[in-house]
Formats: sequence, structure tokens, C-alpha cells
Amino acid sequence: MMEDLSQYPLELKGPDIPMVRFSRVTKRYGDLTVLDDLDLDVTTGEMVTIIGPSGSGKTTVLRMLMTLETINEGVIYVDGQPLTHMVKGDKLVPADRKYLRKMRSQIGMCFQHFNLFPHMTALENCMEGPVQVLGMKKKEARERSEELLELVGMADKRDQHPSRLSGGQQQRVAIARALAMRPKVMLFDEVTSALDPEVIGEVTNVIRSLVDEHNLTMLMVTHQMGFAKDISDRVCFFYGGSIEEQGTPEELFGNPQKERTQQFLSAVKEAG
Amino acid sequence: MGFNWNWAFTWEILPKLLHATLNTLMAAGFGYAIALVLGMVFALAQRTPYWALTKVVREVVEFIRSTPLILQIFFVYYVGPQFGLKLGPWTAGMIAIGLHYSAYLSEVYRGGLESVAKGQWEACTALNLSTRDTYLRIVIPQAIPPALAGMGNYLVGIFKDTPMLSVIGVAELMHTANAIGSSSYRYLEPYTLVGIIFLAISLPTAALIRVFEGYVRRKLGLK
Repeated sequence: MMEDLSQYPLELKGPDIPMVRFSRVTKRYGDLTVLDDLDLDVTTGEMVTIIGPSGSGKTTVLRMLMTLETINEGVIYVDGQPLTHMVKGDKLVPADRKYLRKMRSQIGMCFQHFNLFPHMTALENCMEGPVQVLGMKKKEARERSEELLELVGMADKRDQHPSRLSGGQQQRVAIARALAMRPKVMLFDEVTSALDPEVIGEVTNVIRSLVDEHNLTMLMVTHQMGFAKDISDRVCFFYGGSIEEQGTPEELFGNPQKERTQQFLSAVKEAG
Repeated sequence: MGFNWNWAFTWEILPKLLHATLNTLMAAGFGYAIALVLGMVFALAQRTPYWALTKVVREVVEFIRSTPLILQIFFVYYVGPQFGLKLGPWTAGMIAIGLHYSAYLSEVYRGGLESVAKGQWEACTALNLSTRDTYLRIVIPQAIPPALAGMGNYLVGIFKDTPMLSVIGVAELMHTANAIGSSSYRYLEPYTLVGIIFLAISLPTAALIRVFEGYVRRKLGLK
């Protein structure tokens, strides 16, 4: 059955439109429903953290926003414009590659396993997007990339290949690389999960500095509850493909209302 | 007849054989160059979103790999003219051997491309790189090092298969050795020399390929 897309607006209007809106988004893999009728708004400049047990669909949220996954139902909007769909005539139709490329430029992402390009130095990794995609002059891209590597504390390693860097260092370069594309929205997908405990701090400190210094909208999936508590404006607890409970870190961690949230938080606390 | 090696005869035919070795090397070189490029075309054609193209190329590759090289050489040279494709032995030979090895190389490339981690493709999407840049700048440079060993094997392979071109009259090493044998009735020396020449080229080449592989990995910062 074809979904009736006429229930969704062609664009979002008004003085305070969200930077990101998930509108009734459903994602299935075969019979398995990963996200179920999800509604989620993220305000410009907001830092939203997604927590939850594995299989709750939290990473899928980020992957769909980065257009690494298609969606089955619903519409995602970025800065008021549809992301997963485009307007044709006066109707929404699934986005084509060209439209996705245009919309995707507003979003940046950091991955659990960094995914740096191994055949390029830290600096070259950061320059690749600005030069090839944004058409920036090499000199300008270099200067900008050096600034960003400075920001993440990796300026002295700029000529090293990823294989010469520790996990924490690689992740910091990956953050600089994503920032070099000047995204409006940054996605952090379990960026500390593959790191040794002693280097987690150097990555979380960089993310912390972004919250303070930039007017970036950020979505983060993490298992670091302490970190989530510290830096989030809002925390969403995902369970079974939808948001079970959400609130400020004080509300969600300090006084969780739902039983599943309480169970999850106490299980994490015991483990941790 | 027994074993009687004639040194005078050996020295007499050696220059001829060495000259023919140049033709053998040229045949292997041209054939390999064709195979390198065409193999990449075959490999990439199987990764396009066009389902029918993938299917057709897949079948062509399987067909070429499943039929003997010598048949393909005969086919291009003797059957080609019936379709208006009249080629000299050299051209026909290069096409046949190049095409044959391109099928094998496309499989080597395919393995190399598949060895590139999924996260690399995702990083390319996240950075919004075009499909062209994704392949040329990110994926192919990483796919080459793991493919080099296979590519090197087929370089030696194509070199060892050039004698088959003698059947359509390409004046390479084997053809020359046969000619010497049939005019002098001595086969021991020419065939032995052919064997030694092949060995003398194949062994160092294989070693050089390993060195080159290490060099490329270091050059790309993968080591």
C-alpha cells in the first residue's frame, strides 16, 4: 500500500521551525520494525542525546538523517525542507540522488569506527570534502583544516596517516573533518564506544567545546551516561523503536518516570 | 639418441631467441595493458545500479573465464574475418589475450573493491563526495594494494601464455623455437633455452611484484 504523503506539509514555515523534524517516521528491515512512527523535533543549536538498549533504533535515527538509510514511512525535514522527499508539482515524492546530495550538505557525521581515509594524512582527510565537494581553493581549505585540527588539538599530527594515530586521535581528526564541511547539524554515532577508556576524555572534551563555542545543532548516540548528563540540552530514551521518555538530563537521569527508563538506567549504573 | 648438448648450436640460436624474447615481452606487455584497463571496466560495470548491465557483463566475464584461451585466439583470428573483422596475427593475438585476462583481472579488482570497508563508503556519503570522487579518490586507491598480489600473478600468467600466440603466427619465443627446431631437427637446445628464458624472467618478476606491493602500501600510508 502506498503511503499517503499529502498529510505532510511541503515545507515547514514559521518563526521557530525546528532544525530537524522526524514526522511519523517508520523504518523496517523485512519484518523487523526498527523505528515505529517516530516524531522528534530538534531545535537549532540544541544538543540532543539518544540513549537506550541496543536494538532500540537509536543509531538508525542518525543513519537516516545522514541518508545512509532510506525510510519506509514518514518524512524527515531539515531546516524546514523535506530531506527524504522532494517537492514535485505540489506533491512530495521520494528524493532522488541529486536532491539528496543537495540536502545532505547540511549534515555532518562522526562514526563509531572513525572511518578516516587511511591513505590520506589527517590534514588531507580534512581537506578532501572542502576541495572536492565545496570547490574550495586548496590554500583556503588547508588553512581552514589546520584551524580545525588546532581546535581538536591535532595540529601537530596533521601530516600523520590514520594508522599512526590512536583511536582518540583518529576520532578527533574525524570530528575536524566533519566540521570542515560546515554542517548545520552534526551527528555523533557512539563516537567513544571503540575507544580505550583513558582516551575517551579527549574526545568528549572536543564535543563539549563544540557545544560551548558553536551554534551547531547536534544529535548524539552514546553509552556514556555521565557525558550525556553533562552536555545535553535534552535526553531521549529509546525503547523498541520509539521514544519511551525524554526530558532534560536532570529530569531523565534524576527522576525517570517510566519503568523501562528506570530499569535501563539502573542496569547501566550497575554495569558501569 | 641420448643426451648430447651442442654448445656451438646453442650460441648460434641464442641471439635469435633473445630477439624473439623482446616480442614475447611486448605481447605480454600490450596484452596486460589491455587487460588492466578492460578488467577495470568490467569490474566497475558490475557495480552500477543498472541491473541488466551488471547481468550481461557478469555473463561475459564468466563466458571468457570458462573457455580456453587458445580457442579464443583462434576465434578472433580465423572467425573474425567472417564478421568483417580482418586482423593481423599481432592485433588479433593482443585482443584475444587481453580480453581473456581482463576477465580474470576484473575478478581481482572486484575482490579488491569488496575488501574496502563499508565505513569508507559511508564516510564518503557523509562528506557528500560524488560517486566519481568516491571511486577515484577513496575506494580505488584502497582497493589496489590488496589486489596487487593477484594482479602480479596474472602478469606472470599472461607472460607464460604468450606461446599460445604462436599458433596464429606471432613471432614470439615459442614460435621462433619451433622454427629453429623444424629447420635444424634439433629441439633440445631451443626448447631448453625457452624454458630458461621464461624462468629467468618470471622469477624476478614475481619477486619484484612483492617488493612493489610493499612500496605501494607504504606510499599510500597503509602500513
